[in-house]
Amino acid sequence: MLDSTSKQIVKRSGGVINPAKTCQPIGAMYAALGIHKCLPHSHGSQGCCSYHRMHLTRHFRDPIMASTSSFTEGASVFGGVANLKTAIKNVFTIYDPDIMAIHTTCLSETIGDDIPSIIKSAEIPEGKLVIHANTPSYVGSHVTGFSNMVKGMITYLAEVDVEEKKQQVNVIPGFVNPGDMREIKRIVKIMGIDSIVLPDTSGVLDAPMTGEYTMYPRGGTKIEEIKDSGNSLVTLALGSFASSDAAKELKRKCNVPEVSLKTPIGVKATDELIMSLIKKFNKEVPYELEEERGQLVDIMTDTHFHFHGKTVAIFGDPDIVIALTEYILSLGMIPVHVLTGTPGGAFEKEIKAMLLEAGIRANVKAAGDLMELHQLIKNKPVDLLIGNTYGKYIARAEDLPFVRIGFPILDRSVHSYLPVVGYKGAMRIIEMISNALLERADRDAADEDFELVM
Amino acid sequence: MAVMERKFIEERMESINIKGKKKKHLKCESESLAGCVSQRACVYCGARVVLNPITDAVHLVHGPIGCASYTWDIRGSLSSGSELYRNSFSTDLKENDVIFGGEKKLSRAIDELVLKYHPQLIFVYSTCIVGVIGDDIEAVCKAAARKHNIEIYPVQSSGFIGNKAAGYKAACEAVLKLIKPGVHLPEKKNKCINYLGDFNLAGEAWIITHYFKQIGIDVNVTFTGDASFTKLKKAIEASLNIVQCAGSMFYLAQEIEKKYNIPYLNVSFLGLEDTAQSLRKVAAYFNDPDLMERTENLIKNEIEKYGPQIAGYREKLTGKKAAVYVGGGFKAISLIKQFRELGIDVVMVGTQTGRKEEYAEIEDLVDDGTVVLDDANPAELEEFMLLKGAHLLVGGVKERPLAYKLGVAFIDHNHDRKHPLSGFVGALNFAKEVYSTVCSPVWQYVHGEGLLHEK
Repeated sequence: MLDSTSKQIVKRSGGVINPAKTCQPIGAMYAALGIHKCLPHSHGSQGCCSYHRMHLTRHFRDPIMASTSSFTEGASVFGGVANLKTAIKNVFTIYDPDIMAIHTTCLSETIGDDIPSIIKSAEIPEGKLVIHANTPSYVGSHVTGFSNMVKGMITYLAEVDVEEKKQQVNVIPGFVNPGDMREIKRIVKIMGIDSIVLPDTSGVLDAPMTGEYTMYPRGGTKIEEIKDSGNSLVTLALGSFASSDAAKELKRKCNVPEVSLKTPIGVKATDELIMSLIKKFNKEVPYELEEERGQLVDIMTDTHFHFHGKTVAIFGDPDIVIALTEYILSLGMIPVHVLTGTPGGAFEKEIKAMLLEAGIRANVKAAGDLMELHQLIKNKPVDLLIGNTYGKYIARAEDLPFVRIGFPILDRSVHSYLPVVGYKGAMRIIEMISNALLERADRDAADEDFELVM
Repeated sequence: MAVMERKFIEERMESINIKGKKKKHLKCESESLAGCVSQRACVYCGARVVLNPITDAVHLVHGPIGCASYTWDIRGSLSSGSELYRNSFSTDLKENDVIFGGEKKLSRAIDELVLKYHPQLIFVYSTCIVGVIGDDIEAVCKAAARKHNIEIYPVQSSGFIGNKAAGYKAACEAVLKLIKPGVHLPEKKNKCINYLGDFNLAGEAWIITHYFKQIGIDVNVTFTGDASFTKLKKAIEASLNIVQCAGSMFYLAQEIEKKYNIPYLNVSFLGLEDTAQSLRKVAAYFNDPDLMERTENLIKNEIEKYGPQIAGYREKLTGKKAAVYVGGGFKAISLIKQFRELGIDVVMVGTQTGRKEEYAEIEDLVDDGTVVLDDANPAELEEFMLLKGAHLLVGGVKERPLAYKLGVAFIDHNHDRKHPLSGFVGALNFAKEVYSTVCSPVWQYVHGEGLLHEK
């Protein structure tokens, strides 16, 4: 399909070819699904909601519930006030969530609907909550939308009702899979620290099969917990693009100090997560985690010769790509092209700093697209491609081993249940990368080079 | 019914009917309620799914990135030639474009894409925001077409101007412009047909085209599965149109008849019965005994080939119950008949955008007690599937995990289908798929000990 991609890179200014991002509302919808008994609501045309649900369904292979204001021609001329009010009423009558999380779309943003005042004048049943986030599709990306919705949760819900902060940590995990959120919770729990993970899609989008369908599965951050997040000792924002804004909001509103960390992918970033917790809560590292770390380092040494000097192209969401690049470097691999579709100078700056320290020069690009990545690879080929499902076209055209990490993954399953974060996740990544590289070596080996032991 | 009072709001009740003695006209072709978890999509979605299979066109989405991202290569339409349509092109409008207008960026996008891919044909889709900021995409397309000496058609598909069906119409309008001949109307070719409403999912159009070839009818162009600029330009040389997916193509067929005097026949190639009937219908139109004989031979051979295998599956499936929730009415009707061929009762049937006439036909087809519903939400689908004890749901992407969670088997009859389900061989594939999901061993683990409900 991409056989005709030319090597010559011409600067383009008329939009993107084969995007490496999507729009804000889907990120907001995903974040809102991480609140227990929450129904995300899309304030826009029906299509938006339908597309987001479809896309998330394909990635998570679980039902994705969200309602829509179903804009019509009238709504877009006279504003969506009536639609949203009716929607709020209907949502609580039919679907009975505890909380409704509204996000806007390019349409309602451009029309200029004032969501807070609509919420104020809407009929909301006693004890029920409505929150919102502005997520214009023409700004940022799906990661921005995620960030905005998490910030919205804090703005609306977080409270301070104790004088002294509680011995508990807020963890904002960022735009990662439920399997990752589950793993982060496990690590904090092993350390004997109480945590509020926000949002938390584990138990919602990786809910077990019971033979019964529940619109609101058991998982998700409880509203009480979000309120209580204002009383926590510290907030760890994992991944600055998806999590920092909410952490800053907690600082501003509730005076909870903020520590900004990488998404804990790889040994170094996971160490940093654990060390931050130790420092703040005066804890020892439990043996269980020491053991996991030791196992990971053991695996790294056992396999390093497979990786050393291999060149890699990585693309995806900024927080994930930043952390992955750090981990790839620690395995002795060489990132050659690093790209995200999400705009943001901080991405380029952070990656370049890492590369400088490692003494490596690479193409680093924010707000890029996959056409550009493909052309970069054509000009400077790599041994391995890491990214979301859309990388498969490039992998096929260039005959590259390909490891799927990120969002969305539409052509493989189980990924959303298993972590890439923490020491366990790092082991899994090594397994994925070595399988990809060694499968390739087996496939390409001449008879005399085909080996049993590798 | 207590459950219904609890779960469903008053206004929705007009769109749900349980077939019984009293006739009731189902409310359909109406707007969805605000606040519903509707399974419906938008105008852009409708337009894009219809036009996307045109393989050598640049499909450029004018708007913020989302609309292009979500429609990137998801349709599963196969191509025998160009793969250009499988890329995702967007003007990726930003805040400044929204404030100052996106026309210039659109022009630049077209220039860049022409330079890169040298297409003969570009479709420019307008999205919600373009409708609001008032970009004149007609003018931009016209100017660019002149500049590059190619054909560029705007598709008026702002999401909010209607539902998916409005998008079908917008797509048909664009196609009508594309197939418009020059000064002289070309001569009609005898025994040459256009096949409307097959998108060549998993290669389905190729199967049907091959049948026609065997009986001596030439398929001129398929709308729009595996279609190309050159093929579409010859569309009005056909002497007959046959229409399958009536939801999206009925309008096009009518317009072509009006403008170019090409009549049309409704057909369906889902299931042995409908496939055979449709082939006969087309053959009869040309009123040629040899052609009729070849058709009967083909039908006989194909049914001999696949009939016994399907009968084998029928034995295993008889008594099972199916629920159907699909996009248009045509497919629902065909599926009811096809399930009957497999000994399966359809106990619930609904569509996103079915028309009045189609619902009337569905009412006639189904047994008493079958639930018929328009624009259903997941809560309704769940309630009725359980109530009616369905073993299987036929639907699209969003319905799949819902069915699975209920321990109900599932078949994708939409973009994600992996095997062709059209024609005689498609009927066998369908039976196989039904069998492989309904009779899979995984279901025995779903309903744990003591929780077994009678399946």
